[in-house]
Amino acid sequence: MAFDSTYTRELPLVDSRSSFAEIDDTVLAPTERKPSKKWFVAFLMANTALLIGAICVGYTLYYGIGMWGNNNPVGWGFDIINFVFWIGIGHAGTLISAILFLFRQKWRTAIARFAEAMTIFAVMTAGIFPILHTGRPWLAGYLLPYPNQNALWVNFTSPLLWDVFAVSTYLTISFVFWGIGLIPDIALMRARAVSGIKKSIYAILSLGWKGSNRDWQNYERVYLILAGLSTPLVLSVHTIVSFDFAVSVIPGWHTTIFPPYFVAGAIFSGFGMVSTCLIILRKVYDMENIITLNHIEKMNKILLATGTMVGYAYGMEFFIAWYSGNPFESFVFINRAFGPYAWAYWIMIACNVGFPQLFWFKKIRRNIGITFVLVLLVNVGMWFERFVIIVTSLHRDFLPASWGMYIPTMYDLGILLGSFGLFFTLLLLFVKVMPSVSLAEIKAVVPGAQPTHHHHSEEH
Amino acid sequence: MLKKILKLDEDLAKDGPRSSKVHSVAALFDTPDEIIHAAAETSNAGYDKYDVYTPYPVHGMDAAMRMKETVIGKFAFLAGFTGVSLAVAMIGYMSGFDYKNIIGGKPFFNLPASIPIMFELTVLISGLFCVFGMLLLWNKLPQISNPLHDTNFMKYTSSTRFGVAIEASDAQFDVDKVKSFLAGVGGKDIEVVYYPEENIVPQTPIFNRQFIYTLILVAIVTALGTYGAIGKLVNILPFDWMHNQFKVNPQNTSTLFKDGRSMQRPVDGTVARGYMPYEYTGMPDSLVKLLSNPVPMDEKSITRGKKQYNTYCSPCHGYFGAGDSRLNGQFPNPPTLHSKKVREWADGNIYNVMTNGQNTMPSYAKQISRDDRWAIVNYIRVLQRAENAKDTDLP
Ligand code: HEC
Repeated sequence: MAFDSTYTRELPLVDSRSSFAEIDDTVLAPTERKPSKKWFVAFLMANTALLIGAICVGYTLYYGIGMWGNNNPVGWGFDIINFVFWIGIGHAGTLISAILFLFRQKWRTAIARFAEAMTIFAVMTAGIFPILHTGRPWLAGYLLPYPNQNALWVNFTSPLLWDVFAVSTYLTISFVFWGIGLIPDIALMRARAVSGIKKSIYAILSLGWKGSNRDWQNYERVYLILAGLSTPLVLSVHTIVSFDFAVSVIPGWHTTIFPPYFVAGAIFSGFGMVSTCLIILRKVYDMENIITLNHIEKMNKILLATGTMVGYAYGMEFFIAWYSGNPFESFVFINRAFGPYAWAYWIMIACNVGFPQLFWFKKIRRNIGITFVLVLLVNVGMWFERFVIIVTSLHRDFLPASWGMYIPTMYDLGILLGSFGLFFTLLLLFVKVMPSVSLAEIKAVVPGAQPTHHHHSEEH
Repeated sequence: MLKKILKLDEDLAKDGPRSSKVHSVAALFDTPDEIIHAAAETSNAGYDKYDVYTPYPVHGMDAAMRMKETVIGKFAFLAGFTGVSLAVAMIGYMSGFDYKNIIGGKPFFNLPASIPIMFELTVLISGLFCVFGMLLLWNKLPQISNPLHDTNFMKYTSSTRFGVAIEASDAQFDVDKVKSFLAGVGGKDIEVVYYPEENIVPQTPIFNRQFIYTLILVAIVTALGTYGAIGKLVNILPFDWMHNQFKVNPQNTSTLFKDGRSMQRPVDGTVARGYMPYEYTGMPDSLVKLLSNPVPMDEKSITRGKKQYNTYCSPCHGYFGAGDSRLNGQFPNPPTLHSKKVREWADGNIYNVMTNGQNTMPSYAKQISRDDRWAIVNYIRVLQRAENAKDTDLP
């Protein structure tokens, strides 16, 4: 390859198993040595953002959600925008860990662990928003059907309740999926640990995993089953999130294209975030030969594909608005593109449909600098997509008498900032204490890691 | 303090003393091909209680070890089936039976709308059962203090090399024989693993009594704590500044007044508007008739009286006072209001019947105001006059 050779250098694995040690050392280095200054700076920044968010949440809890910009026509504002945004971010993790696993895409192993961790943190961050939006978060228990003195049950026909089930299932399953992936690696960390306290913590967390083949057999099967379960699960989650909108009667929301459109958008935004974080991670922790340029290029291809799908959905929405002959529907879409929020719409189009088209060029796909800028734009664009869907549809609906404008307040912006703070704080802690690449999985796919002459009939 | 912690750290890192009881004999191998070969040989040699340790799953190992298919797949299916049944049962009971609400005119148990939750619960239950089944039931974890841990053998097999360990519980186990056998199949760094001193009997800590007691205690404490916390949380007023204002509430104590009541009692003998006491209860007709009608006989009072009569009296007395009740015998029919007696009664007597009731007829003082009762009297007079009209009344 004619490109920068440091990025494409593969580890010399074929020679002997000693290169396994090299993988271990590279991946576990961040967990075994004191964090660098860069890490502390990043951690400080994330914590500051988190603190600002926490203060804004505190104000919201004390004075109520009147502190936000939500108003009468626009009852869903930053809270729901951020919820959908963060849930979407999570989807790439499951796609990488489950769907690509089922498709036997071996390149996924280098990025799966990190992407799964991102999923969990993104879903946790997302979960905060609807709970705050209820106004009385301490009563969130009523979201679940539990026997209570009021003899009330939840409404099972409401998409908002489906959301409760979908998101909590998603978080739980992602967590156990990630957790069992970590067990063998933590067992390895236990074996390597030199400090006693570390050793006992890892011993407990690894549950005493021994790496025996009788255990591996069950483990692998469960991993496969979980991948099989997570695949429809991840598709269902954003489908159900899109039902929150599609099941209503608001023009601009009430469309059948929403489920696939949301799922494609979620994967698109998720890959944007995975790329953003991994580009930084591989640089900071010298993992360029584990998370290689090839990985970045493959992710860029997925970004191109999903970005184009999202572009198709934007176009199709306009087509249907015209084709349906529904005057309200066509008004909403003209208002989106040329109304008071047109700037948001065009930011969305540019970042999601326009710029990713540059990924058609191999040179750009393999250029870290440009990729980094483009994936940042994808994050921005996908946030604005949710803003456009929610705010432009609500602010002008059927009755001109009830039209209004939505302007977020300082608290909205603070909580948005805080959500990034929370996400990155968790992520930074994760890369510090856990292996951010799955060692057991990556070792299994390096050349020469599997026996040369096993009988095909014995394969499963 | 710090020293103590650091000391503790050192103690923990040290591998505890080992007893002389043999747990297993272990050998290391360098390549996947070697370990596959060694595994096949060990199983061919008739060993039973042995296992292969690898840093990652090695393809073809299950066959080399002659292992049976795992049944976890079937288990997962059953768990998923349980999940979906649970969802149907839950939604069916809650919205189809216990708390019926009409939502969008759809059936109480609405199958299409239940599918998302049915699906999510299937995934949730089968995923969780699968993972915890694998860890707890099949792999018998957690097992933090297995004798193999913290040995040289484990250090390598968890990271770079592959190993076979034949356990002492095997029927044909003999330390020297096993050692030479492992060397024969290419094993290196052959090591005899002994039980750690204090833990001769390997046991799964989850079945440990103390562990279970602790678990039960934790469960009880958490349950009670949550119960208490929820009880408190549910009663928190969200934003109480509308509710708690600086004003006098009727039933509260007051520091302003001497008697401590925030709402003062009315002056003795105060009569509320419209509640003038009625003094003729239980008096004979001859006295009641002294009560005079304060409402003038004019069109306004007659129209008012007609309306009230039709509402309150006509169901029993009929629209014209003939006693033709519409109650179909569910209440004794009253006598006609056109009898000589009633015609000759003073207004006060009719008013008295309405106010106090008479035999089976109940009092209407609560439903009809004083002035309206007098207006009804005026209307009854009109009815009586109409029923007994004289020729001179005709135009
Ligand atoms: C629930 C049925 C019922 C209603 C309603 C009712 N009455 Fe009567 N009323 C009776 C009955 C029964 C008697 C006969 C009582 C008795 O046995 O002395 C009666 C008796 C009377 C008498 C005395 C008649 C007599 O010959 O002794 C008067 C006057 C009278 N009602 C007026 C009224 C007026 C005015 C109203 C409307 C405010 C009214 N009633 C509503 C059932 C009713």
